[in-house]
Amino acid sequence: MRYLPNSDQDRQVMRDAIGIKSDDELFVRVPKKVFDTAKPDLPDHQPEFAVEAHIRQLAAKNRAGGDGPFFVGAGAYRHHVPASVDHLIQRSEFLTAYTPYQPEISQGTLQMLFEFQTQVANLTGMEVANASLYDGSTAAMEAVLMARRLKKRDGVVVSGGLHPQYRDTIATYLGKDPAFKCMQADPQAQEDIIAQIDDSTACVVVQSPDFYGNLRDLRPIADAAHEKGALLIAVFTEVVSLGAIESPGAQGADIVVGEGQSIGNPLTFGGPYVGLMATHPNLVRQMPGRVCGETVDAEGERGFVLTLSTREQHIRRDKATSNICTNSGLCALAFSIHMSLLGEKGIEHLALLNHQQAVKTAEAVGAIDGVEVLNDHFFNEFTVKLPKAAAPIVEALADKNVLAGVPVSRLEPGKKELENLLVIAATELTSDADIEALASALKEVI
Amino acid sequence: MLNNQGRPTGVDNVAASSANGAALLPSEPLIFEIGTKEKSGVDLPALDKKVGSKLGNFARKSDIDLPALTEPQAMRHYVRISRLNYSIDAGFYPLGSCTMKHNPRLNEKMARLPGIADIHPLQPQSTVQGAIELMEQLAHWLMELTGTKAVSMTPKAGAHGEMCGMMAIKAAHEANGQGHRNIVLVPESAHGTNPATAAFLGYKVKPIKAREDGTVDVQAVKDALDENVAGIMLTNPNTCGLFEPDVIEIADAVHEAGAYFYCDGANFNAIMGVIRPGDLGIDAMHINLHKTFSTPHGGGGPGAGPVVLSDALAPYAPLPYAKREGDKLTLVENKGEGSDHLGRLSAFHGQMGMYVRALTYMASHGLDGLGRAARDAVLNANYLKAKLSDLYNAPYGDQPCMHEVLFDDSTLKGTGVSTLDLAKAMIDEGYHPMTMYFPLVVHGAMLIEPTESESLHTLDQFIGTMRELMEDAKAGNVERFTNAPMKAPLRRLDETRAARSPILKWEKPEQRKAAE
Ligand SMILES: Cc1ncc(COP(=O)(O)O)c(C=O)c1O
Repeated sequence: MRYLPNSDQDRQVMRDAIGIKSDDELFVRVPKKVFDTAKPDLPDHQPEFAVEAHIRQLAAKNRAGGDGPFFVGAGAYRHHVPASVDHLIQRSEFLTAYTPYQPEISQGTLQMLFEFQTQVANLTGMEVANASLYDGSTAAMEAVLMARRLKKRDGVVVSGGLHPQYRDTIATYLGKDPAFKCMQADPQAQEDIIAQIDDSTACVVVQSPDFYGNLRDLRPIADAAHEKGALLIAVFTEVVSLGAIESPGAQGADIVVGEGQSIGNPLTFGGPYVGLMATHPNLVRQMPGRVCGETVDAEGERGFVLTLSTREQHIRRDKATSNICTNSGLCALAFSIHMSLLGEKGIEHLALLNHQQAVKTAEAVGAIDGVEVLNDHFFNEFTVKLPKAAAPIVEALADKNVLAGVPVSRLEPGKKELENLLVIAATELTSDADIEALASALKEVI
Repeated sequence: MLNNQGRPTGVDNVAASSANGAALLPSEPLIFEIGTKEKSGVDLPALDKKVGSKLGNFARKSDIDLPALTEPQAMRHYVRISRLNYSIDAGFYPLGSCTMKHNPRLNEKMARLPGIADIHPLQPQSTVQGAIELMEQLAHWLMELTGTKAVSMTPKAGAHGEMCGMMAIKAAHEANGQGHRNIVLVPESAHGTNPATAAFLGYKVKPIKAREDGTVDVQAVKDALDENVAGIMLTNPNTCGLFEPDVIEIADAVHEAGAYFYCDGANFNAIMGVIRPGDLGIDAMHINLHKTFSTPHGGGGPGAGPVVLSDALAPYAPLPYAKREGDKLTLVENKGEGSDHLGRLSAFHGQMGMYVRALTYMASHGLDGLGRAARDAVLNANYLKAKLSDLYNAPYGDQPCMHEVLFDDSTLKGTGVSTLDLAKAMIDEGYHPMTMYFPLVVHGAMLIEPTESESLHTLDQFIGTMRELMEDAKAGNVERFTNAPMKAPLRRLDETRAARSPILKWEKPEQRKAAE
């Protein structure tokens, strides 16, 4: 077995030192009837090439993004990741290190986290960020619970433009809580969420660009929330948008959360991704997750450590701000490297390029008879209303090797008024030929 | 120009700054100190001026303040800081409870196949049948290895798995008219995530004392059980590195009282392929794929924490879950009418990138290899115990341990050396320290987990070092410990200062001056 370094002889040396004849003696405290009695239905070990062939065969059954025109978004986006990013994250020193609990021999991870936190804070227009959460949806859930702790109020108002699976995640954690108000699905950003805010509201959760692609003006919502003593949680699922639109921080958000996958991380069928969270310094003590901070060593050299850990489960146990332990360290590294390569000019240019390809796509699709683009303003994603149900059209287009987008009904089943809606995303990887292919295929099937 | 740390800043000074440290132990400025806003390490096609904007008033007006590095600068920056990290690939990493085993590189290669890395969670399911099949195959391995008939794949780490299992328990109680049950029993030796999870769900945590021998007292469990107890969260093998000998009796008592048995499976590495937790009466158990099944820890994550479920809890599994009809595989993403399923614990379908690595690992090892690996992990830990127990006190040492061995600090008493000092001295000897001060049930805990990846030769060297360190501590050579580490990139860091006035983000020197 290529992964096990000890020979039978080595094992015998160890058994002799321990004073046992067989390894089974080490399991003496295991009830006899369950020790090595079952025969699981599983194969024995295989050579590397056989395993590789097996996995390749599974992978070959999937239609990869690069295999043809691709317009699928709705919370995960297909972007180019520079080759250097993937090379660097595979360095042993990053890939095979644990959480940096021993700072003297973990400065690589810690410095990277400090840089990551600064990048996330600057990008969102906030002052502090944590060292990552699992993904955007769990970050949104954590933000809601954080706001409730801070405000000692239960009321949660969730916009109808929030990604439905983010909403569902929050709902699962809050249980059947009557203080949890979800607005109707809101494809055209027409809801009056301000009217829902009252003295019992802990937080309002608003996404921009929202699930349907609309850009939302957060400032009036922030002002209304603050007037009632509530917090605004701003959510994004496409972090690249922050290169082109005003930051949530500049619009008055108190907690900003979102999905960071787009920068540095491939789609990989939904995970692992990287949840981003940023806030104001006065709220930090209720923030979940690890945080890296600057300090000095015994000789006064600058160094970094995990800090404020009295918020965390390993210290506070049942009084912790969250139960999170393992987070998304390596995805945060990928994010940070890619962001370092982009820099200010790069993220801005990338964002505008995404927007440009989306505008072209919307123009091409909107020109088809019976197809209506619903959004006035959008970033790299928009919603169209088709003359018939979107889901079968998406299937028909997939048969033509065009992945046209996400039918809203897939996430919001059983809602007649949403059945014809299709969410279409474009990125820098969307070519003009892809747009052409989508428009002509769509024309054929509707 | 110098920053307020007295270090050179600005792109012209990179060379000077490199000279600060030896080439192999670099001190490297932050990207904010070497990058500039004007350039970019990514080339993009020019924008087409003819295409209009749909950003309206939302267009960004303020600066973001992000520096850029070109590719050669980025390579150097990250390679340099990477060298400041200890890693499994570079050395022995006996961090108890964390299962720092070798991460096979085939796993990484497989995770990067376009048919895995470049597929979207919301593209039509007809176009990702291979991905769902991969999940089904991994689920099969997990169910066979644990002797259970259901598994929820979605949780993103161990703690998320705990949430999944405990939510299922809560849902089952509510469905059975037992919603009043508001207490969860948690042994004192449990990992912090256990009480945090229970409390998160509104449960009162009732600690259960350990017996003299480090295992859970059945009688204490029985005494604590009543009609208000929802369940127990028990780690097995436990965090003292011991198999819970009365686990079946505990499970029976818990079930008899109408409660459920959540098993923390973080230590599954000791028993995979040898013992099936399903045979012990568990109702739910998470498996950290990033421990037992070798998906890399990545400096803190990502992980994956699938949860196997008993028949009683299976109906409450969260969304999504896979279903097969003939050749056609479906991921059920939404709750049907009258379904008991918990909702979603996150968007999308879990950690595919981790699933493929774990399945690759399992298929490589096979059932025979997994069983051998578990035995080797246990053998290695017991070998360390046998060779160190005269100098280090193993409080539960008169029984074999599982895959990790626990020592306390009693043999350091009177030396002026603490567990922390000893750990830091290990760094100077070229080792990553063991887990310290966990579990909480023994004083100055040192939890050493060698894993099956370590050779006898490595263990012998480690034993030599650990013996020498203890002898030196007893000989009164205190400074070696209290001053340690001396050979690491940095000396001991001031954690109190970091927490007292937190600096969590880089500021321009002038901003920082103004703030002070
Ligand atoms: C015993 C035990 N339980 C639970 C966990 C939590 O797992 P994770 O870090 O994957 O959330 C850990 C990990 O550190 C652990 O050691």
